Amino acid sequence: MPNSPSDTPRRVTVRRKGPLLVEGPVEVELEDGTVVSSDRFRVALCTCRRSRRYPWCDTSHRDRARESGES
Amino acid sequence: MEHLSEEPRLPAPRGPLSAAVEDYLRGTGPLPAPGQAAAAPVYGDDLQLALYLCYELHYRGFAGVAPDLEWDPELLRTRVALEDRFLAALRADAPRHDGVDDALAGILVEPVDGTGVSHFLRDEGELWHVREYAAQRSLYHLKEADPHAWVLPRLRGRAKAAMAAVEFDEYGGGRPDRVHARLFADLMADLGLDPAYGRYLDAACAELLVTVNLMSLFGLRRSLRGALVGHFATVEITSSPGSRRLAEAMRRTGAGPAAEHFYDEHVEADAVHEQVVRHDVIGGLLQDEPHLAPDVAFGVDATVFVEDRLGDRLLADWRAGRSSLRTPLDQELAHVS
Repeated sequence: MPNSPSDTPRRVTVRRKGPLLVEGPVEVELEDGTVVSSDRFRVALCTCRRSRRYPWCDTSHRDRARESGES
Repeated sequence: MEHLSEEPRLPAPRGPLSAAVEDYLRGTGPLPAPGQAAAAPVYGDDLQLALYLCYELHYRGFAGVAPDLEWDPELLRTRVALEDRFLAALRADAPRHDGVDDALAGILVEPVDGTGVSHFLRDEGELWHVREYAAQRSLYHLKEADPHAWVLPRLRGRAKAAMAAVEFDEYGGGRPDRVHARLFADLMADLGLDPAYGRYLDAACAELLVTVNLMSLFGLRRSLRGALVGHFATVEITSSPGSRRLAEAMRRTGAGPAAEHFYDEHVEADAVHEQVVRHDVIGGLLQDEPHLAPDVAFGVDATVFVEDRLGDRLLADWRAGRSSLRTPLDQELAHVS
């Protein structure tokens, strides 16, 4: 993003349900020491551990229902 | 890909309305009479193509059509007449929720036993289904995020900043090779489709034209800014899980690395966009203009309605073993790269 964010605190948004939102770019160090990075303006970090693209959110936290209606 | 910058050719007309609009665009005939616009089926090929032609002048135009016809008062009058019918039909036919949260609740739940197009493509789609899907959707994805950019001057503060940030991401974060429309052109090349803008307008079914016309309608009319935001939220909310299934479909059918990448990118990007659009774009807009809540809900409901119609059409054709396109791809010269 245009302005250097280094002199302002990085905003992390916490919600009861859903991912942790962090202002990007971010590097995430995983348990096995692997470091993954994302340079989006904002990054959604999975907190439910269900994501198939962990540590990034892939909306797997959503409730599931038996009725269908997706396109 | 030098042909990407060329203006597309006018498509074949689909009835008297679209034929008259095309004659007018070429300077060879009058616009349709008001009675004609009132008589055509509102979601049908003829009216929807006529509307699409009017809208396209605001995007990239057509070869052989004077660019300033975009602001031709007579043509605008025709467009508004078609648009008013379309809008009235959407308001009458789309499901109606009172509040934004109620409207969004239905799409924030993931069906266990989903039967939509992305489920079909993931589970049983063949390469020809995937190619048809890409050809149809190219009418939007090659102008991805463009209709939504029109809402920016109509938002303020938090909503504007958040909307601009999401659009920045859609446009590749400043990198031309990451513009989502470009990623889709790469997907089309993987699938042996021609990535030229507007190339499959002739092939696309009416139900597809309806989905793109809806965005143009909401994007171009300031009075519908609430609906545009509701529409955009719906696209972002439904995109992430749908894109995961489509990425699986691309992998299973061997579509190619760029085809997989397009949908993989949308799984992650749209999981973020959903959060930003729901909380900051909708939240910010309704803080500034709480009276727009019913319009936001309408934007959600209308989008679900037109997407369901498209899904029903595609699945009906495919389950019957038919092409969903007006011009099946196998009847065209293959452009396999």
